[in-house]
Amino acid sequence: MNTPAKRKLKVATTSLAGCFGCHMSLLDIDERLFDLLELVEFDRTPLTDIKHLGKCDIGFIEGGLCNNENVHVLREFRDNCNILIAVGACAINGGLPAQRNHLDLPTILQEVYHTSHGLAAGSDIPNDPELPLPLNKVHPLHEVVKIDYFIPGCPPSGDAIWKVLTDLLAGHEPQLGHGLMHYD
Amino acid sequence: MSDKTFVLDGKTIPYAEGQTIMQAAMTAGVYIPHLCYHPEFKPHGSCKLCTVKANGRQAASCTQLAQSGVVVESNTGELNDERRALLQMLFVEGNHFCPSCEQSGKCKLQATAYDLNMMSTHFDHFFPDRPVDASHSDYLLDFNRCILCSLCIRASRDVDGKNVFGLAGRGIKSHLIVNAASGQLADTDFTANDKAAQVCPVGVILKKRKGFAVPIGQRTYDLNPISAMPGVKQD
Repeated sequence: MNTPAKRKLKVATTSLAGCFGCHMSLLDIDERLFDLLELVEFDRTPLTDIKHLGKCDIGFIEGGLCNNENVHVLREFRDNCNILIAVGACAINGGLPAQRNHLDLPTILQEVYHTSHGLAAGSDIPNDPELPLPLNKVHPLHEVVKIDYFIPGCPPSGDAIWKVLTDLLAGHEPQLGHGLMHYD
Repeated sequence: MSDKTFVLDGKTIPYAEGQTIMQAAMTAGVYIPHLCYHPEFKPHGSCKLCTVKANGRQAASCTQLAQSGVVVESNTGELNDERRALLQMLFVEGNHFCPSCEQSGKCKLQATAYDLNMMSTHFDHFFPDRPVDASHSDYLLDFNRCILCSLCIRASRDVDGKNVFGLAGRGIKSHLIVNAASGQLADTDFTANDKAAQVCPVGVILKKRKGFAVPIGQRTYDLNPISAMPGVKQD
């Protein structure tokens, strides 16, 4: 009797206000990517270049929220993923982009596009309707939607990501422990 | 019978008269999480990380005297959940961005959070505006990371006899200040030899031109979790 092949879990990933460092760490699982591909198939990710995701089992989100497009993408992930994982410092506490949070947004834009040195003649604050609008402050993901799991680190190591993914695929609560748990 | 012992998480701990639960536990090599406690200073009892249950009642183990026959619980799911929530509140009240902090890897706040498996900050972040004080020639004060443990205040007052630091404001507005008319560290008699220069458990009081001296992987808490070093002194 044939046992039906176990359904592969669908995984989507994205980078919001992040640097793609966490995606590089995902690739750092190296040859374990082959093992991973036995268990999962990728939906929307920068690797497949699919622009919108369908129903997924796991969403893997790097980066915090610095503009309105980030919020839309995050909500699309939440609507479509059973499990949402915030990956890396920026997704968890805003990280490097949140260093602007003690400054007033108009002051920043004014300084960058109007008053700083070396600007080209006619420099102005970009206002093309295609551009997402910056938020007043950068926010971590959990301030906007429910996040199921977190993988801290800047970036988390490939081993830490592998540990959480394999714990989840095996059906246990992810545990990092000493050595894999890092905020830096 | 003068049996000077109590029970901590099922283990019999001897104590000397006048010792707190924390002191006796440390002497016995048993770790109780703490941030504002330092063995060389009078306990402050403010961070509440060291809260234990002594005969079922919560008490700060750094201020609670050890008593014969008391049954103390510390490493329990309930207490560790509360400790984790306290840590998360400390993280969101300040600006704790570990990747760019010189203290990362030897920070007691970070190491305690690792040890208590704090995977996220859980609460909404305050992102307060706290300017740094770089006025002093040898030391930098980065108030973004202050957890109000008051160790620098106690060290400067009780050991250095200088009173360089103080707490101002009340409740959520409490903050660390420098006792000078200008509020600047350069306008005090603070020096690198002060005890206060060595006690900060986080990354507020930092020696200039010495950051990131130890490579990642070899820093204090890269090598061992904080719970494995119950009596370790700040380096």
